[in-house]
Amino acid sequence: MSQVHVTTKINGDSTEYLCDADETLLDVLRDRLQMTGSKEGCGTGDCGACTIILDGRPVCSCLVLGAEAEGRSVETIEGMANGEELHPLQRHFLNGAALQCGICTPGILVAAKALLAQNANPSETEIRYWLAGNLCRCTGYDKIIRAVQSAAAEMRGETHAA
Amino acid sequence: MRYESPTTVEAAVTLLANEAGKAHILAGGTDLLVRLRSGFIEPDLIVDLKRIDALKSITMESDGLRVGAAVPSAMLNEHADAVAGWPGVCEAAILIGSTQVQGRATISGNLCNASPAADSVPAMVAARAIARISGPQGMRDVPVEEIATGPGKTSLAKGEFVDSILLPKRAPGTSDAYLRFIPRTEMDIAVVGVGICVTVDKTGTCTAARVALGAVAAKILVVEAAAQALIGTKGDEAALNALAAACSAAATPIDDKRGTVAFRKEIAGTLAKRAAKIALSRAEKNL
Repeated sequence: MSQVHVTTKINGDSTEYLCDADETLLDVLRDRLQMTGSKEGCGTGDCGACTIILDGRPVCSCLVLGAEAEGRSVETIEGMANGEELHPLQRHFLNGAALQCGICTPGILVAAKALLAQNANPSETEIRYWLAGNLCRCTGYDKIIRAVQSAAAEMRGETHAA
Repeated sequence: MRYESPTTVEAAVTLLANEAGKAHILAGGTDLLVRLRSGFIEPDLIVDLKRIDALKSITMESDGLRVGAAVPSAMLNEHADAVAGWPGVCEAAILIGSTQVQGRATISGNLCNASPAADSVPAMVAARAIARISGPQGMRDVPVEEIATGPGKTSLAKGEFVDSILLPKRAPGTSDAYLRFIPRTEMDIAVVGVGICVTVDKTGTCTAARVALGAVAAKILVVEAAAQALIGTKGDEAALNALAAACSAAATPIDDKRGTVAFRKEIAGTLAKRAAKIALSRAEKNL
């Protein structure tokens, strides 16, 4: 199988890689670029653990071919913190214990970030529907929803940093 | 396997025509990649439509709204004219999968995947949507209900693909609605889906109707008797009960883990009543 040469932007950095034509972007990120923050839960687009932002939209990277990323903009969990400074969502997830095993957490953080980018003040219902494609088998979701709400409030300037 | 991402429809047609092996179209990829990774399909060529500008756009044409085959459900639902003019089609498209899936999945792909439970298809059938097919013989326009011939099977010939879907312009007093039943609140496959499009006159009397059922037969069902039950009425209880009875009678579902035959038949009627009420009230606002 001939490999495809791809030039793309990942978390703002221009990146090049070779991948197989049938290789998913998730496998490229994890196995070729050693960016293992995005997780594979199901590999069929049901669990959301591999969520990335592709040209501004949250998508399952297990349902994107690596070859498709040519010339696109990819944002992953690795680009969420600013150096040592965690994103407000990351801080509120830690402080609110919105995770247990943590496998689903990167995907939920990335999906929640995409939500807050288009809706600074989502209702609980809007958060639950938006994150319906991010499965968590530990928390029961309530702490996740509350962490998103408190991070959103901080990002709106209504509360001080947690 | 080769991956190609042509920038014109003509180039896509040529790539498909020249491929001796198995070729598959990649639009949103939310069905294709699952099949690819599971080994259910082993393509020699994948043709990605997402580099073709014309297929990434939603365009108001003289005879309706044209939705390119690479337009994801999320983008369709961000288009004010689409949501205002074809709310039933848009609400069906945004029920498919999760937020992440809606950012990729397309109504053309939903159509060509040919699942009897596809959410957007009953809504498109009710809206009399027209699929534009490109292929080695040129272009042809086909009503969407003629695309699927059975579960996973389509009438598309070798080298042909759906490049866009036209949602035909509507008469004043026309609107639509789509409802589905699933055992949970989100992220599931329809047990029953109902798309209804109606036209009302200034007295609120229904003058035209089209009713399509999903997930209750091998193909999407158009229920003419249900449409006739509405036409000439103002959607009163007797008319809605006749509509529901016609839908229950027309449904020929299977028993499976999501629903029994008896349950699906009853729900087809119940959902049809509810969808008809929504479509009628929307239609009156469009007079």
